[in-house]
Amino acid sequence: MELTQENLQVIFASLTITVGAIAPAMAIGKIAATGLEAIGRNPEAAGDVRSTMILGVAFAEAIAIYALVVALVIKFVG
Amino acid sequence: MEISIAAETVTHILGLPVTNSLLASLFTTLVLVTVSYLATKNLKEVPKGIQNVIEMAVESLYNMTQGVTQDKEKTRKFFPIIATVFLFVIISNWMGLLPGYSTIGIHEETAEGLKLVPIFRSANSDLNTTIALAVIGVMSVQVMGISILGAAKYGKKFINFSSPIAFFIGILEIIGEIARMISFSFRLFGNIFAGEVLLTVIMTIAPFIAPLPFFGLELFVGFIQALVFAMLLLVFMNTAVMEHEEEH
Repeated sequence: MELTQENLQVIFASLTITVGAIAPAMAIGKIAATGLEAIGRNPEAAGDVRSTMILGVAFAEAIAIYALVVALVIKFVG
Repeated sequence: MEISIAAETVTHILGLPVTNSLLASLFTTLVLVTVSYLATKNLKEVPKGIQNVIEMAVESLYNMTQGVTQDKEKTRKFFPIIATVFLFVIISNWMGLLPGYSTIGIHEETAEGLKLVPIFRSANSDLNTTIALAVIGVMSVQVMGISILGAAKYGKKFINFSSPIAFFIGILEIIGEIARMISFSFRLFGNIFAGEVLLTVIMTIAPFIAPLPFFGLELFVGFIQALVFAMLLLVFMNTAVMEHEEEH
């Protein structure tokens, strides 16, 4: 395979999202795990824990979204 | 499959480009204004129909604000901007999923051949819209801080000559405010734009039935992002107006 600009763009776009998704994946896993633990210990607080957990997951997911935006910029711009 | 990160220019008014996301955000504003006019046209003691729905939405937003501030005075100050931001973001996110958005448009001659320029495009899938929202949000945090604490007391957070450490913390706070704008705008833009790309890709692979669950996901993401935007703004406002007497 030749290393044309287009091929390089595809390679680096995929690398960006691959590396960028690792940390948010671990963060979301940790948030969900501790959330479930908290619900297991105190089932009455399930509603509160769940809504806070979803907010936390949204923040962690935002990091993956930043990587995705960068990947899309690499792929489609320039 | 056509994906463009920048919003496409539909027309020019007095030499200024009018993009499809600008048209979509104006349309969102029109919908919000019309619905609130219809809901408040003849208010009744016992709400019915559309007034009931709007009252429910406004009341739950008010309770959310009250739950964070725990103070009637602050809630009255914060509530209008929090609710406005939340409603604008959620309605424009959901309206971006309507049929016709980024599908109906004008064919335009370009260097690479015919190109479809959609008339509407989900308002928050353009970085300009989200940056505008973020700047309004962060500026309103400063306004709240100054109006509740006073300019001198609030300014001390940023410019403080009492000790070298306090001075550097002030500089860090200024950088922090700018970073907030960036994270606010990129989070919303990224989520909504990624959703648009996801739907386009799925519809290219399998046009029938398969996109349905993803539309459900996008409805959820649209709601969560609106909630995150409003909630963060609320928390920032609440911390901006807190007095730091106990530290000294």
